[in-house]
Amino acid sequence: MAKAITAGLREALRADDKVLLMGEDIGPLGGVFRVTEGLQAEFGDHRVLDTPLAESGIVGTAIGLAMRGYRPVIEIQFDGFIFPAFDQITTQLSRMTLRHDGSISMPIVIRVPYGGHIGSIEHHQESPEAYFAHTPGLRVVSPSSPHDAYWMIQEAIASNDPVLFFEPKSRYWPKGPVDLDHSGVPLHSSRVIRSGTDVTVVGHGAMISTLLQAADIAGEEGTSIEVVDLRSLSPIDYGPLLESVGRTGRLVVAQEAYGSVSVGSEIAATVAERAFYSLEAPVLRVSSFDTPFPPAALETEYLPSPDRVLEAVDRALAY
Amino acid sequence: MVAQEREFTAPTVQLLTPEGALRPSPEAEAYLPLIEALDDATLEQFHRDMVISRRLDITGANLQRQGQLALWVPSHGQEAAQVGSARASRPQDHIFPSYREHIVGMIRGLDPVRILGLLRGATLGGWNPAENGNFHLYTLVLASQTLHATGYAMGIKFDGASGTGDPETDAAVLVYYGDGSTSQGDASEALVFAASYQAPEVFFVQNNQWAISVPVSRQSRTPLSLRGAGFGMPSLRIDGNDVLVSYAATRVALEEARSGQGPSFIEALTYRMGAHTTADDPTKYRTDDEVAYWAERDPIIRYRAWLESRGASAEFFASADEEAADVASDVRKRALEVTVPTRETIFKHVYSEPHPLMAEQAAWLQAYETGFEGGAA
Repeated sequence: MAKAITAGLREALRADDKVLLMGEDIGPLGGVFRVTEGLQAEFGDHRVLDTPLAESGIVGTAIGLAMRGYRPVIEIQFDGFIFPAFDQITTQLSRMTLRHDGSISMPIVIRVPYGGHIGSIEHHQESPEAYFAHTPGLRVVSPSSPHDAYWMIQEAIASNDPVLFFEPKSRYWPKGPVDLDHSGVPLHSSRVIRSGTDVTVVGHGAMISTLLQAADIAGEEGTSIEVVDLRSLSPIDYGPLLESVGRTGRLVVAQEAYGSVSVGSEIAATVAERAFYSLEAPVLRVSSFDTPFPPAALETEYLPSPDRVLEAVDRALAY
Repeated sequence: MVAQEREFTAPTVQLLTPEGALRPSPEAEAYLPLIEALDDATLEQFHRDMVISRRLDITGANLQRQGQLALWVPSHGQEAAQVGSARASRPQDHIFPSYREHIVGMIRGLDPVRILGLLRGATLGGWNPAENGNFHLYTLVLASQTLHATGYAMGIKFDGASGTGDPETDAAVLVYYGDGSTSQGDASEALVFAASYQAPEVFFVQNNQWAISVPVSRQSRTPLSLRGAGFGMPSLRIDGNDVLVSYAATRVALEEARSGQGPSFIEALTYRMGAHTTADDPTKYRTDDEVAYWAERDPIIRYRAWLESRGASAEFFASADEEAADVASDVRKRALEVTVPTRETIFKHVYSEPHPLMAEQAAWLQAYETGFEGGAA
């Protein structure tokens, strides 16, 4: 997926000379995950900016650059380091178009490598997407495959609204096909990525891999799981999800983030409101625990596994 | 162990003494030719601007007391800092204000009723900088605008719109903030970015001595002007109640920025004579003696004395007062006509592109309201 994003960034840089990449260590180093590798050499240090080490400064100056007509694409080095920029993102970036009565737009993309499963240290494995999905004026997306990553990054850059682009870093290295001719679905569409008849499971980012593994195991045991990839967390595209729940009558929402007051909570509430008479069981959530991300030695106990998803599937089927 | 006491000082650059005599401090000598080159009309305009600003201040405070504004942000005492710096800018420059620069906005062509609309609770901003002299929106989160200004200035540089050698087109950014804002991390990050990219930008700090009730001594152990130098840019402390030095110092700094010489920093020493906003009571946190000290350094009285010494007529001052009264009266009348926006406004422009949640919630509100009105939902 990392290479797919690199290719997507390259396409965006070629297509529009107002696109700028900004972030710490994204130049000669290519970012700590090498997602911007080679791009400064190809496009120059005025298109690919190694910035001072100051997250609020990066986002705040990107706002000024967007006012000037640029389309900045920011890299935040790790999920846990986005909070120094939280003020600029939530009180400034998200409201600029509104405060200007629509006379300006904020075509800024903030790329955030996020999530666990890489055995890293404190503040390097978190899933802070709900903070941003909770903020009006921002759009939040997360790809789960190289194909989606390639297209979604280009669509995010083309968007005139600010987009938080959460990259599941444990998926950077696994390979997958990319159809360079077809994006498949628009940026803010969810999608059924595996058909099934007994239970719907929904998630985003790296959780999709876990859900597909769970579906494989369940299939061997005779349970048919349908997997929905949210892809977009703000706005959420409920159409395919509600249709799926209409077919299966059961829904399990899974995420790496904390469960309380989360994207999963929002989906559970909305599906309960809109598909009440389709449901054969309560909507169940599978999340990490409501604790800080533990030392990495404990992360497999902490993060939802295929087995924890299947335990919830069993509970849903028990009704 | 006894902490070592250190003294940090910086000279204050001044052209006009509090008595209204043109007597430059040694550091200000170099600015004298700039002032001598100004014609009478320009010099008189400085006075008109300052009295309009002060008169508007009274109007705004009254409107707030009468319940017509949610808040008023006084600028009494800071007229020279604001008028001099604003008049030093060129049309192509971009201004990023905090929330007290009413006269700066007016000088750049903004209808002050727009500002009153914001303080009346009718808008969250609502003016288009491109149609209002490149005067950007007020920023209520302290120092946020210093980063936006820096990014904008970086964009000017990346566009090749500064440092071309053509003073008619070269552009720069002038950003205003206060002494309290200098404590915010964003203010320091803005200096880092501006210096790193040599952005065409002038940081203009109005040190009005108080961040609501907290004195500047709690914000900084050093004169604030040393901040800029610490980040590697020319840094200057001026008498912010001297409109001439405010004009001259800002003009030089903007010219340097436009011509590609990078950012600079100006601390204007001034005083907010009134409250921080109509929500606080300055008698609780400062002394009468302090206020009296600054009243003796009033920017308008001092400038008027100098203009009189140059032969300005009583008729001129009367006409300036009359103009200010007319402006204030007109603003007051039109501010009261600012209407409540329609309910659809809540959902408009939250996003640039269509957003299903906005459409859905707008439709729900419409149906809900229609139900009350007796129509079919």
